[in-house]
Amino acid sequence: MIKDFDNIIIKTVCRILTPFLQIFAFYVIAHGHYSPGGGFQGGCILGASFILLVIAHDINTVKKRMSEKLNTFLCSIGVMIYAGIGLLCLMLGANYLDYGILHTILPVDAVKARAMGTLGIEIGVGLTVMSVMVSIFLNIASGGKHEEGAPE
Amino acid sequence: MKVFALMAVIITGAALIYSTFGMPDWGDADSPANTHVSPRYIEKSIEETATPNIVTSVLADYRGYDTLGETTVIFTAGIVCMLLLRNKKDD
Repeated sequence: MIKDFDNIIIKTVCRILTPFLQIFAFYVIAHGHYSPGGGFQGGCILGASFILLVIAHDINTVKKRMSEKLNTFLCSIGVMIYAGIGLLCLMLGANYLDYGILHTILPVDAVKARAMGTLGIEIGVGLTVMSVMVSIFLNIASGGKHEEGAPE
Repeated sequence: MKVFALMAVIITGAALIYSTFGMPDWGDADSPANTHVSPRYIEKSIEETATPNIVTSVLADYRGYDTLGETTVIFTAGIVCMLLLRNKKDD
């Protein structure tokens, strides 16, 4: 059961921490080429920032910032970005998910286009992982009600 | 009938455990995985994928189809969780 409890320290720390968490999540996704990280890890951090908001405030605070509709939309759009990049390669005449062919529509050479394609699918994975984490947490924490908390 | 089921489980399990003895040793430098694909990934991943992080290049480029499956598994888990648990009624 999650309730909006009155603790100014927790709320303030959480409010200050959340934007940095989300920036770090984007860094982990975008910098996955050069350092440990990538779509799965960055998506988890991004989802954790919303879960932190749920724990420190309540579910309605998070639903104001990210509605259930938007969450479900992002969940499907992530997989669609991934499969869409694969289909794009197929339509341009290469194998499925063979990003090298993307240099015909991107202003970079074939090797760099592979890195760009990798980045694209990392973003898709990150979106899906984030919204699935948030949605599973909200559903389990509130018993599927998506309100302040589950009834006793 | 339960005896047959138990026997089937035991025999299958024994066969599976027996087959693990044929696997290469842990970290064996001469195993097929370490003599064919691994050197290729280590030597060629930067010039082929422009990605200095070999883990990322294997995950997203060489085995991109596998990662698509993983993402679909996570997506399916989320959708199923939503379908089973979401309750819009007011009661």
